[in-house]
Amino acid sequence: MIDHTVVDLSRLQFALTAMYHFLFVPLTLGLVFMLTIMESVYVMTGREIWKRMTQFWGILFGINFAMGVATGVTLEFQFGTNWAYYSHYVGDVFGTPLAIEGLMAFFLEATFVGLFFFGWDKLSRIKHLIVTWLLAFGTSMSALWILAANAWMQNPVGAEFNIETMRMEVTSFSAVFFNPVAQSKFVHTVSAGYVLGAMFVLSISAWFLLKGRNVEFAKRSMTVAASFGLAAALSVVVLGDESGYTITEHQKMKLAAIEAMWETEPAPASFTLFGFPDIAERTTHYAVHIPWVMGLIGTRSLDGVLPGIRQLVEEMKGKIENGQIAYAAMQKLRENREDATARAVFEAHKRDLGYALLLTRLNVDPLAATPSDVARAAESTIPNVPVLFWSFRIMVACGLYFIALFAFSFWLASKRQLDKHRWYLRMALWSLPLPWVAAELGWIVAEHGRQPWAIEGILPTALGVSSVSAAQVWTSLIGFVIFYTALAVVDAYLMVRYVRKGPDGLGMWPEPKS
Amino acid sequence: MIDYETLRIIWWLLLGVLLAGFAIMDGFDLGIVTLVRVLARDDDERRALLETIEPTWEGNQVWLVLGAGAIFAAWPLLYAAAFSGFYFAMLLVLFALILRPGGFSFRNKVADPRWRNAWDWIITVSGVVPTLIFGVAIGNLFLGVPFRFDDALRMTYEGGLIELLRPFPLLVGGVSLAMLLLHGCAWAALKSEAPIAPRAERLMNWLSPVFIALYAAAGACLAFAVDGYSISTAVNGAASSNPLSKQVVTGGRWLADGALGGWACALATAAIVLAAFVPWLARHQHHRTAFMASATMVFATLFSAGFALFPFLMPSSLDPRSSLTVWDASSSQHTLGLMLIAVIIFMPLILGYTAWVYRVLRGRISLQHIRDSHSLY
Repeated sequence: MIDHTVVDLSRLQFALTAMYHFLFVPLTLGLVFMLTIMESVYVMTGREIWKRMTQFWGILFGINFAMGVATGVTLEFQFGTNWAYYSHYVGDVFGTPLAIEGLMAFFLEATFVGLFFFGWDKLSRIKHLIVTWLLAFGTSMSALWILAANAWMQNPVGAEFNIETMRMEVTSFSAVFFNPVAQSKFVHTVSAGYVLGAMFVLSISAWFLLKGRNVEFAKRSMTVAASFGLAAALSVVVLGDESGYTITEHQKMKLAAIEAMWETEPAPASFTLFGFPDIAERTTHYAVHIPWVMGLIGTRSLDGVLPGIRQLVEEMKGKIENGQIAYAAMQKLRENREDATARAVFEAHKRDLGYALLLTRLNVDPLAATPSDVARAAESTIPNVPVLFWSFRIMVACGLYFIALFAFSFWLASKRQLDKHRWYLRMALWSLPLPWVAAELGWIVAEHGRQPWAIEGILPTALGVSSVSAAQVWTSLIGFVIFYTALAVVDAYLMVRYVRKGPDGLGMWPEPKS
Repeated sequence: MIDYETLRIIWWLLLGVLLAGFAIMDGFDLGIVTLVRVLARDDDERRALLETIEPTWEGNQVWLVLGAGAIFAAWPLLYAAAFSGFYFAMLLVLFALILRPGGFSFRNKVADPRWRNAWDWIITVSGVVPTLIFGVAIGNLFLGVPFRFDDALRMTYEGGLIELLRPFPLLVGGVSLAMLLLHGCAWAALKSEAPIAPRAERLMNWLSPVFIALYAAAGACLAFAVDGYSISTAVNGAASSNPLSKQVVTGGRWLADGALGGWACALATAAIVLAAFVPWLARHQHHRTAFMASATMVFATLFSAGFALFPFLMPSSLDPRSSLTVWDASSSQHTLGLMLIAVIIFMPLILGYTAWVYRVLRGRISLQHIRDSHSLY
């Protein structure tokens, strides 16, 4: 029996802690590259102000980095504490990118971050710059491996089920590492982090200019942010499109849900710009369509057909029935390992074994399921369409806005007019939360859109939980909420305090006369 | 391609190396933060003491992250059973580990003494809790943990946090605490100046005999009182990882009947001799040697526990057949092989740049330096 209270609480806890972690990670990813650029300019030109800029933004980076490291451990631990069956079922595949992340990336960034802060007087300029670059390289490499692991959940290639060990085992590591989903996800996600880091510097610098403080410091910082941010914002959208193209191949249901495509349309499908998806009615009210666009984005052709939700549910029934055959053969094999017929049947159908587990998720024995159970299980694969539809659209709107804002900032910077328009400075300041909104919504689209699967087509989320009690998860969940809220308050307090002090208040620039 | 049985042995040793790496590298951090209020009396002293570990604690903690990642990848059943079974214990460790960075990164950013005093208490707790819990967890492994697998290898656990706090595990928790406090003092003696370093030297004179006494007592319990586990069916080191394909009996003695009990005793003797020498070395101002000896002591202590348990990783008291051993809890041969290649490539690099960072940061942190510096961290 699946205890759905435990499942829901465990999901909520993972979602909250992951989204909390992802408040800090993109800032680390982006801000560190701002630091490398500023410090590189310092080393090339020898101008002291660039060193001070690196150090000032470095203080804010340090507050954030500690929180990112601390909250990341939670996610790793949670696979074991709350998703024990998941850990057993896919650890052979999923654990490896995580372990390699530690070996190759996390060690690098965590070892060099200390020298970034404490090495200014102990290292030559060049050596310190190398340390900063290694730190930046480490953070992005870390994202690469984490996203390789995540991409495997979306598109589980290079592995198959082993009946002796009752788990998924690797057949090809190169397939896991060179997963096409991993590549587009990696570039899309780190670029989003770069945008966020650039916006952080842009907004805070705009605040200094509005206050008339630290003017030369802020204008230089904004110039770096504008150019880096523009490149990153373009990359997010282009690679976001690449992500869209790869999910067309691998996660048709997610794509159909994002677009609220209830029916299969003749190619090329239209794009729904706006509307109110209605799950019960299976329709989208007040929909505004743009002809052809979806077909072009999704299939990059005029004749590719994108299946709608209704058609995908029908296809799902076939897979579930196939999975039931594999499940029945598996039961026979577990009673008699030598049963050659059962083994042949199992090997032929085991690719769809996970679909039979959709029935288990509904607490129906796959061996005794009726056609209406199968239909219900197939229906259960439809994700939350309105949430995905709107999350995606707001995220994309943010992305397009970032391009416009950074392009305009870049233009102002090149005309040396960054401090001329107060409305622009206010706009830059108030845009500060938007990259966070976009990043969290992106996470919702990717992970909520994967439901009901933990591993697409392999393991339903509900089956992955630990055998813990609802009381245990309630306790930990409440603990996390209280604890994380307190930490967020302290973190925000320190950030605001150091921003308010500014380079002038901290005696960093202009340098105190000695 | 290395055969499966050998790979499992290698990964069992590597598991020990990673956990010992954590105990050595993060261990002195834990010892220092636990003793921050004892070794350092005023704010300047505390800042000086904390600055001996601030630049490197993040790197040190990666040993834990990597250790957990390696268990996930190489011993997935152990990961699933240990983390979900020790649910609240793991959560407490986690909360402590999250608080600690706050202590490093946030403490010095506000000058108010109440703020700093509060953080000093918080980081003391953040040092004691994981140190005790890791010891208690290891102690529980020897007694067996109440879990079982069904035939789909879904684990159920029957017990709670309180059941973990039996006398023997608490004793092992005490061993762990005494060991890491001693190790922390060895670090403080190496990296601080007067008056912190002499305080650390004096404290070692107490911690060393306490550690030796607790450790010897735990060893005596293992030798004479605690029931051991052993596999009663023929072992096939290259079989598929499924714990339910063997039988296990209880009632023997870990050290006498265990496959590597003799090795465990030899390592324990080494750890005790080293522990006895550490304060002496520090007193005679051989601080670097004292720290190295202390690190070796931690390594020997960890391995003595691992060797005493061999071939078990996590015995089950509820259903001994479900016990996890080196032969039936690992990843596939393919995964172990690939991960070994990754370790061979990256571990030397990690050790190399870590050593370089410590070399750059060499030297003692003086109170004068603290008073003169405008910390950027």
